[in-house]
Amino acid sequence: MIVCFHCGDACITTTIKHQDHCFCCYGCKTVFDILNENDLSYYYELEASPGSTPSKFDGKFDFLKNETIAHKLLEFDELSTKIVSFVIPSIHCSSCIWILENLNKLNSDIKTTHVNFPKKEVRITFSAQKLTLHQLVLLLCKIGYEPYISLNDSNSKTPVINRSLIYKLGVAGFAFGNIMFLSFPEYFEVSEFWLDRYKPIFRWLILIFSIPVAFYSGSDYLISAYKSIRSKLLNIDVPIAIGILVLFFRSTVEIVMDWGSGFLDSMAGLVFFLLVGKFFQEKTYAFLSFERDYKSYFPIAVTRFINDHTSKEKPGVQEEQAQVYDLVAGDRIIVRNNELIPVDGVLKKGKVLIDYSFVTGEAELVSKRPGEHLFAGGRQQSGVIEMDVLKSVEQSYLTQLWSNEVFSKNSKSSFQTLTDQISKRFTISILSIAVLATLYWLVYNPSGAWTVFTAVLIVACPCAIALAAPFTLGNLLRIFGIHKCYIKNSGVIEQLANIDTVVFDKTGTLTTNYKNIITYEGIELTDEERSLLTSTLRATNHPLSRSLYHILQNYNIHTLDNFKEEVGQGIIGVINQNKIKVGSYAFVANDQPELNPTIQNQTSVHISTNDTYKGCYMFFNEYRKGMQKVFESLAKDCQLAVLSGDNEGEKNYLKNTLPSGTDLVFNQKPIDKLNYIKALQAKGKNVLMIGDGLNDAGALAQSDVGLVISENINVFSPACDGILDATQFKNIPAFITLSRKGKKVIIYAFIFSLCYNLIGLGFAVTGHLEPIVAAILMPLSSISIVLFTSLYTYIIGRKFNRKNNK
Amino acid sequence: MSIIYLLLAISVIVALLFFVAFIISVKNGQYDDTYTPSVRMLFEDELIKKKPQIATKTNEQTLMTDQLK
Repeated sequence: MIVCFHCGDACITTTIKHQDHCFCCYGCKTVFDILNENDLSYYYELEASPGSTPSKFDGKFDFLKNETIAHKLLEFDELSTKIVSFVIPSIHCSSCIWILENLNKLNSDIKTTHVNFPKKEVRITFSAQKLTLHQLVLLLCKIGYEPYISLNDSNSKTPVINRSLIYKLGVAGFAFGNIMFLSFPEYFEVSEFWLDRYKPIFRWLILIFSIPVAFYSGSDYLISAYKSIRSKLLNIDVPIAIGILVLFFRSTVEIVMDWGSGFLDSMAGLVFFLLVGKFFQEKTYAFLSFERDYKSYFPIAVTRFINDHTSKEKPGVQEEQAQVYDLVAGDRIIVRNNELIPVDGVLKKGKVLIDYSFVTGEAELVSKRPGEHLFAGGRQQSGVIEMDVLKSVEQSYLTQLWSNEVFSKNSKSSFQTLTDQISKRFTISILSIAVLATLYWLVYNPSGAWTVFTAVLIVACPCAIALAAPFTLGNLLRIFGIHKCYIKNSGVIEQLANIDTVVFDKTGTLTTNYKNIITYEGIELTDEERSLLTSTLRATNHPLSRSLYHILQNYNIHTLDNFKEEVGQGIIGVINQNKIKVGSYAFVANDQPELNPTIQNQTSVHISTNDTYKGCYMFFNEYRKGMQKVFESLAKDCQLAVLSGDNEGEKNYLKNTLPSGTDLVFNQKPIDKLNYIKALQAKGKNVLMIGDGLNDAGALAQSDVGLVISENINVFSPACDGILDATQFKNIPAFITLSRKGKKVIIYAFIFSLCYNLIGLGFAVTGHLEPIVAAILMPLSSISIVLFTSLYTYIIGRKFNRKNNK
Repeated sequence: MSIIYLLLAISVIVALLFFVAFIISVKNGQYDDTYTPSVRMLFEDELIKKKPQIATKTNEQTLMTDQLK
C-alpha cells in the first residue's frame, strides 16, 4: 500500500506523484511544496510523515478580521508587536515543534514562536504592521496546523498557573537538606569540647530553617486540619497537623531552654515527604481538559446581517462579524457548512441538514424547512443557511442544561476517601493513647509526663498512612495513562474502585460513529436498476447516500437525464425514461400501506423504480468490538444500564446480546439521563457513567465517575472525570478491577504503617523517644511505604500489560 | 575555631543562592513545560543545508504541475 509522504495516511482514492514522493491529496502536496520552497524539508527528516492534511477553512476564520474579536484573543498588543497563543490539536511530534518554531522562515513578520508540547499550545510573537491575526491563522491552516478557537478563548486571556506546590516543595527540600546537614554532629552524641561549644548556634540555625517549613510548606495541612475540625470531620490532616505543630513547638521549647536538640530534622523530613507524595499524585494531562462546557464548542463569532439605513455610503444590508455574546433576538445570521448553530432561532433561507448528535446523541440528520425552529448545538451539514435569532446564547435550550445545579456543585467534597475513613478512628485512638500514657506517667513519674505526651503525638504522626494513597493512586494514574485512559485526578481511581452500577450511553459509546452495516430488504433489484440507483446517489451529498454509494460503486455509472432533490425527502433520478425515487418512505411510496414499525424505527433509505415500491436499505450502527464481553464481565458484580437518545429500533438486538438484567432505556433527553443517574444514586448506588457527547454532559457530571469515550482524544469532550480512548473500550472491566486492586494495596500499606506506629509508640510511651530514633524511624517508615506501594502497583501494572497483550 | 562562623555563613549563603535561583526559575515558568525543551535542544540549524539549485528545481516542478492542472 502506498502511504502519503506528508500525512502517513494510505492513498486510497488518489495518489499524486510529485518529486519522488506520493501524496494522498492536493492539500498534503501543497503543504509539502510550501515547506520545500522555504527550505524547511527537514520537517520530513525528523519524523516520517509527520504532517496533517490541511482542512478546508474558507471563511471560517473571517471573524478574526473584526478588530474587537481579534483583540480579545491577543495576549499582548502594543504598537507593532502582538502576542497570541493558540491551542493546535494537531501538534503531535517533534517535527511539529520544529516547523512551528521555524514559522519565521515562512513569514518574516513572525518574530518568535514557542511551542508548549504537553499543552499543544503555540505562542506567537509577530509584528502587526504587515501581518494581521487573520493572515497568521490562515498561514497556520495552510500548513495543516489549524488552531482551535472557541468561545472560551474570548473570556480569560491568561490562566493563572498555580505553582505554590513546587515552591512549598522547594522550601521544604531546601530546609530539610540543610537541617539534616546541621544536625549531623548531634547524631553521634560525642562530648567533644568544640562540638559542645558550638551546639547552640547549630540549633538556632536549625530552628530558623524550620520556621518556613512548618508554616509555609506545611500550611496546606494546618489549614485543612482546621477546616476539618470546624466541620467536625477528622480527616488525615488532623493528626498530621498535630504532629507538625507538636514537633515544632516541643523542639522550639527544647532549643530555647537549651534542653536538647529537638526533632526539627524529623519535622522537615515529614513535611518534605508528604509534599513529594502530593506532587507525585498530581499527574496532569495538560493537553486534555476535563472541565469543558458549551463554551469550548461554540464559535467565537458569526456572520450577522446589519440593516444600516443611516449609513449613506453603503445603504441596505451588510455583513458583519459579530461576537456570539452580542447576538440578540431578531438578528439575522449566516451559518456555513459544518458550523455549529450557536443560538436558538428560526430558519429563513437555505437547505438545512443538521447533525444534532452533539446534543441528543441521535446520529440521524434532521432536515428542516424555512420557518421551522432550529436549536443551538446542531451542526449544519449542507451549505449556507440564514436564520433569525430567537434567544441569546445563555438562554438557548442547550446552554440551559449548564444552569442545572450539578454543574455548580463540587462533587468531590461528598466522597469520603479510604484515608479519611480510617483517619477518624486513628486520630481518636492516638489521642486516647497519649492521654492514657500521660496519666500513667503523671501518677508514677510526673517529670516525664510532658515528654511522653508530646512523644506519642510525634511518633504517631501518620506520615506513612498519608503517603500510601498518593503513591498508589499516582502510580495507577500513570498505568491508566499508558493504556490510554486519562483520569482527571487520583481521587477518581478510588471512586472507580467503589463502583457498583455502570450506565452506558448507546450512540457513540457502544456504537462507533459510522453507520457501516447496510442490509437490503425487499424485491431484488436488477443490474440496470442498481446502476440507475448508483448514478442517482452519486449526484447528492447526503451522508446516507454517500455511504450507500460507497458499497454500490462497482455498478456502471451513467449520466442522468434528469435529477431532482427534495430537501429532507429524497431524490429522483431519470435515465432513458426509467425513473428512480430514493428517500424516505413517505416520499418514495405515497400510496403504499403503512410500514411495519420495526423498519420504521430504523435508519433506512427506500427505493422505488417507475413508481413501484422495491424495498429499502437499512443502516445499522456498528457496535464496538468486545461489547458483549465487556457487559458479561461487568455483569458479575455491577448493575448495568444502557441509556439512549435514539428510538427503540435496536432494542431487540441489544436485549438479545446483552446480559439479562441490563436496563435498556430509550428516547432519553439529556436531562432524563441526568435524572436516571440521580435516581440510582438516591438508592445508594455508586454510578459510573460512560458517555461520549455533550448530550451526556449532565449525566457525566451527576455520576460518581464520568468517563468519556473518544475516538480521537484531541477532539474536545464534555466535562468528565476521565477520557478513555475508544480502542480501549474492551478494557473497561480491567480498569475497574485495577482500581479495586489499588484500593487493596492502600489497605495493605495502612496495616504496614500501623505496625511502624506501634513500634514507635512503644518507644514513646516508655519515654525512650530520642531525637535520633525519631529521625530514623519516621523517614524509614515513609520510604518503606513508598517502596512497598510502588513495587506492588508496578507488579499489578505488569500483569495488566500482559493481559492486554494477550 | 571561630572560623566555623565564617564557614557556616558561607555554606548558608551558597545554599540560599541556589534556593533563590530555583525560585526564580520556577517563577519564570521553566517548570511549566518539562518536555518541549528536551526535544528542542536536539534541533540543529540545518535550514540552509538545501542549496538553491534544489530550490529552483522545486520551482520548476511546481510550475510544471501547475500547468498540468
